[in-house]
Amino acid sequence: MAFKVVHYINQFYAGIGGEEKADYKPEIREGVVGPGMALKGAFKGEAEIVATVICGDSYFASNMDEATKTILDMIRKYNPDVFIAGPAFNAGRYGTACGAMCAAVAKEFNIPVISGMYPENPGVEMYKKFAWIIETPDSAAGMRKAVPAMAAFALKVLKGESIGKPEAEGYIERGIRKNMFYEKLAAERCVDMFVSKLKGEAFETEYKMPVFDRVPPQPAVKDMAHATIALVTSGGICPKGNPDHIEASSASKFGEYDISGVMDLTSEKYCTAHGGYDATYADQDADRVLPVDVLRDLEREGKIGKLHEKFYATVGNGTAVANAKKFGAAIVDKLVADGVTAVILTST
Amino acid sequence: MTKLELHKLNVKSLKFSDKTFFADGVLNVNKSELLSIIAEDPLLGKNLDVDLAMPGEKVRIMPVKDVIEPRYKIEGKGQIFPGMLSDVESVGEGKTLVLSGCAVLTAGKLVRFQEGIIDMSGPGAEFTPYSKTCNVVLVLEPSDPEMDKHDYEKACRMAGLKAAAYLAKSCADSKADKVEEYEFANIREAMNNYPELPKVGYLYMLQTQGLLHDTYLYGVDVKRILPTLISPLEVMDGAIVSGNCVSACDKNSTYSHQNNPVIADMLKRHGKDFNFVGCIVTNENVTLADKKRSSSYATKLAAMLGLDGVVITEEGFGNPDADLIMNCWKAERLGIKTALLTDEYAGQDGASQSLADSCPEGNACVTAGNANEVIVLPPMEKVIGYAHEANVIAGGWNGSLADDGTITVELQAITGATSELGFTKLGAYTL
Repeated sequence: MAFKVVHYINQFYAGIGGEEKADYKPEIREGVVGPGMALKGAFKGEAEIVATVICGDSYFASNMDEATKTILDMIRKYNPDVFIAGPAFNAGRYGTACGAMCAAVAKEFNIPVISGMYPENPGVEMYKKFAWIIETPDSAAGMRKAVPAMAAFALKVLKGESIGKPEAEGYIERGIRKNMFYEKLAAERCVDMFVSKLKGEAFETEYKMPVFDRVPPQPAVKDMAHATIALVTSGGICPKGNPDHIEASSASKFGEYDISGVMDLTSEKYCTAHGGYDATYADQDADRVLPVDVLRDLEREGKIGKLHEKFYATVGNGTAVANAKKFGAAIVDKLVADGVTAVILTST
Repeated sequence: MTKLELHKLNVKSLKFSDKTFFADGVLNVNKSELLSIIAEDPLLGKNLDVDLAMPGEKVRIMPVKDVIEPRYKIEGKGQIFPGMLSDVESVGEGKTLVLSGCAVLTAGKLVRFQEGIIDMSGPGAEFTPYSKTCNVVLVLEPSDPEMDKHDYEKACRMAGLKAAAYLAKSCADSKADKVEEYEFANIREAMNNYPELPKVGYLYMLQTQGLLHDTYLYGVDVKRILPTLISPLEVMDGAIVSGNCVSACDKNSTYSHQNNPVIADMLKRHGKDFNFVGCIVTNENVTLADKKRSSSYATKLAAMLGLDGVVITEEGFGNPDADLIMNCWKAERLGIKTALLTDEYAGQDGASQSLADSCPEGNACVTAGNANEVIVLPPMEKVIGYAHEANVIAGGWNGSLADDGTITVELQAITGATSELGFTKLGAYTL
């Protein structure tokens, strides 16, 4: 049986109209519309476009959440194996809509999603992590090149074939690291690369060093005597027994723990969940990682207004930056809502 | 010039026997004698066991602490694992007997939730180098469950070393299947050798962050050393011993030190592509002052030797990424070219940045794969050790172990899966 495809296009490619019709609301039609004809031809019967979603670019841009939800509901009953959007070439709003729908469909239905864009289309930067975006020329004149490439790639993904490097497969690099077994040991590959570098020959690094997201510190707190200070740690401190099962490495969550009335973190009641450092001393006295005792002293001495009644903890060990960022944002929202003035972040 | 011969007996099979000896590819193991040797340690409990695991068997071993290749010096100064098992005498010359293809594994009730998994068959076996060795597994327990963890770690570590030395010593009379000869020049000779070739070294980073993150050099806790010089031949004789196993995927087992593949490849290419002058061992301590001191000192040693380049291997991830990066840019700014060997923590989806630190000088970087990638390990017929540790092991989560014995974990739980000595063929690329 042929794979089922749902195709997404804008009002222009559906033949409804240009800019004057860009506020066209989402609609779904059974079968092929516009460039779907060419896709259908390229599939040679191995995949079938069961439905085509049409949406105006302006409508999508101005009503993204609503449009996304409406379209997901429209698609659901077709139970597609793959979602294909575009190609959008260098059309910015169309590319963004294609990317956003790909991301939403992948998340909702957990199926492969494919689009086609010119590398400078803003949709590429925004959505390349979420979708396979086949590199296309910058205008519709490249349709005859783009469509067969998208169709061939879709079939490859649908058949579960392994996907090679971007330049070999024709998609735009997504920035996703994927494991593979090489011909040689990593040690031999490293010495090979070393020799090339020594000789001044060309070599290709296996990992391009990342550029970091640096956060400038906030200005100093002027009035500490009235400040509410919170403690947040990536050192894994939690109530003994780790009630939230925070992972020893690669944490998927953080914990929120009430310390109202707690003057000292004792080994009877607190421990660390962290698997990446010698935990003996943190288990003996968790204040070493999360200094509740010292902050209680400062509170009593009037040097700080008060210690916030909750602390937040996760495990930094092997935890993906994306998760860490998400935890950070969620914790900050809670701290701000609780009127915390400043936070002491402790690591390990 | 120093010379070391490795006299290799090719172990193809294991069996329990009344006597420990080697014949016709079979290592016969006297279980009660081996047990009596490790049971001497009062820190170990009464219920110790030895089990055997062969490549291809439907066997899972977990948690595993260390992997050690049985070796024993049959000629020359000192003895294997100097400063640990034997007197502190320099090693790296003479003749050393090797039970090639065999490994001792320390397993059982181990120290904390940080040890690894070794599957002898199935998908997990493809990722660990130790599914291809004939494994003598020590199943350990502490004499007192409340014992200080550092003491117990040492007891487990020593049990593995003792067992490895005992097995090799017991086969000392056997004639080697293969003899490998290694030579290494002293500094004066090295400076005159191969004037047309670049002089290079190996900057060998060792994990030194505390319990289950420590490494020993001639018996010294490496977090207490300043970076120093070592000959590759000393490394083959067990001068470097592992005390760590968290996360098990990228901690250098004692076995991988003894068989360091970077050293092996650099020796192979010595005199052809470069002049391999020596190794500099350095640590990965947790404080910033130590990181600065060690990276400055290690790269200074490289400059004092007049090196044109160094291969740098990291051990571990996250915090030690800072040491790797300092070593890299400090070397490069001294005019010493670098190639880096690391692994990645890019998230289960591979979409996050892989390293915790970076520098533009790190433009030649090989990685041993993304340790966060998830693998499903189907149930095995036999588990040596404790499968429920999967729920707390580094790389597992609450629910990693299913009722039928299937384990779903990140690769980081598999011993040696992303070895930063480059002991496997795993790597990663960008989709």
